[in-house]
Amino acid sequence: MLNINNNASNINREILVRIARLQLEGKLRDGVHYIPRELAPTDKPPFRCCVYHDRAILRMRVVARLGCSVEDCDEDKPLYDYAAEALKREKPTWPMLTVLHDACNGCVRSHYMVTNACQGCFARPCMVNCPKKAITVDKHAHIDETKCINCGLCMQNCPYHSIIKIPVPCEEACPVGAISKDESGHEKIDYDKCIFCGNCMRSCPFGAMMDKSQLVDVIRHMMENKKKVVALYAPAIASQFRAESGQLEEALLDAGFDKVYEVALGADICADKEAKEFEERMARGDKMMTTSCCSAYVRAVQIHVPELKECVSSTRSPMHYTAEIARKEDPDCITVFIGPCLAKRREGFDDNIVNYVLSIEEVGALLIAKGIEIASLKSKEQKVIPTSTGRNFAKTGGVEEAVAARLKDKSILRPAVINGLDKTGMKTLAMYGMINSGKLPCKPDTPNLIEVMACEGGCIGGPSVITNPKIASVQLGKYVAEGTKTE
Amino acid sequence: MRKIQVEICTGTACFVMGASELMLLEEKLPESLQDKVEITGSPCMGNCHSERKSHLPFVKIDGEVIEDANLPDVIERIEKIAEGNKNA
Repeated sequence: MLNINNNASNINREILVRIARLQLEGKLRDGVHYIPRELAPTDKPPFRCCVYHDRAILRMRVVARLGCSVEDCDEDKPLYDYAAEALKREKPTWPMLTVLHDACNGCVRSHYMVTNACQGCFARPCMVNCPKKAITVDKHAHIDETKCINCGLCMQNCPYHSIIKIPVPCEEACPVGAISKDESGHEKIDYDKCIFCGNCMRSCPFGAMMDKSQLVDVIRHMMENKKKVVALYAPAIASQFRAESGQLEEALLDAGFDKVYEVALGADICADKEAKEFEERMARGDKMMTTSCCSAYVRAVQIHVPELKECVSSTRSPMHYTAEIARKEDPDCITVFIGPCLAKRREGFDDNIVNYVLSIEEVGALLIAKGIEIASLKSKEQKVIPTSTGRNFAKTGGVEEAVAARLKDKSILRPAVINGLDKTGMKTLAMYGMINSGKLPCKPDTPNLIEVMACEGGCIGGPSVITNPKIASVQLGKYVAEGTKTE
Repeated sequence: MRKIQVEICTGTACFVMGASELMLLEEKLPESLQDKVEITGSPCMGNCHSERKSHLPFVKIDGEVIEDANLPDVIERIEKIAEGNKNA
């Protein structure tokens, strides 16, 4: 697995910082043109064949960071025009993801390869076990690619481990088969299948999958100063910096937000409602209920596991409830959710009380651009403190625990947790779907409350986090401990 | 014996640029070095605010600033210093 912080992620963050700086100085249109040149100067060794190739790709990264799609990127259109468009944009544009064709390595199609370790042995288990007779052996085994169906049996049976799989990392990471190659060999996303989990984004070693930034839009609203811009920060965000939550809130105010809300408040509402819903569902004889706060999961069920649809709790997400609180206090405010998540950008697109969804990368860039040092700030006094369980929504198991803590009779609960929707996680989901539809038996020990989080470890392992989840987990622990008790 | 002082900048800018990975240094250090190093988190060192366009994140090892720090580089530097201390 790639490190969360690598060359590709850092260059994308650096671009965000530069865009934010330029915009705050009122020079975005004129200055944006120079970003690729500044980041790939001639006196430094290039990553690719030459600095000009690097600059061409950086240009596309800038386009994505301005919130525009790269697929229909026009080489002759100056960045000046893209910036002008971004500054006029009323709403984020569909889709949330974009693929940089020129950064996409166009990895060779996923396949099996015989390496030099092949001994051309006498037993020839690769040949014997191949169901398509695709393997011939002289001194070495050879795979006929026209016959090979990529089943992997040759690899599994070779006693010398001489056959390897050459994967395509993004395709391998996508749990729902939404990515495949187009005629030119570049990856293309099927948005009818995509659940916006962000796995491809964090797995591509070339950083070719990018989320379209909304930072320009948010900074514009701050600078226009017509409507109040409020920040709704997810519990996972409190784990991203080495600072107290009160300092983080102070930093967000300094960065230009007019008001700050903890999304853990919405998480408390969500847990209250889910506990009630769970009790009602069990009383009426439902087999099981699943949580609904993870929007990548909800989308996975809607598209790929329809048998489980009726089990997803009808409770809305913490983001939605927190936006409701903010809108109740100021119906005209611009709500900006801050999270580590790509799927929330998708959810926000459909939720008419959430205006923008920023990643912590974008907010981090804004803090750097403004020269804000969180740890040096005075801690803002927080009027309403959410419960510890609400704050712990960011961690796998946390939502289930929050619901459990609110049940009147805990003996009815048989909890289970799906920690990460990779391909195995999707299979587990399919199994629950079959139990619900009656194709598999529902036994006395079959779980009845299933928490699903698309990211391993929970939101602190989200695709846009800046902090290593191990460290984030410790920092989240402190934030959770400072929460109030669940009544 | 005097320990090698490693200060990891945990300021906002360094954290955005991946300083958290460096905080795993303690568990990534080779066993032979574990008791020879003292690791501390440091508030912003101020280097990022200077006019000189520097590269984040920063780590200070025995007072020497390492730019664009990553775990392998930091460990290599520590190994070198430890080697020098042994010979001294």
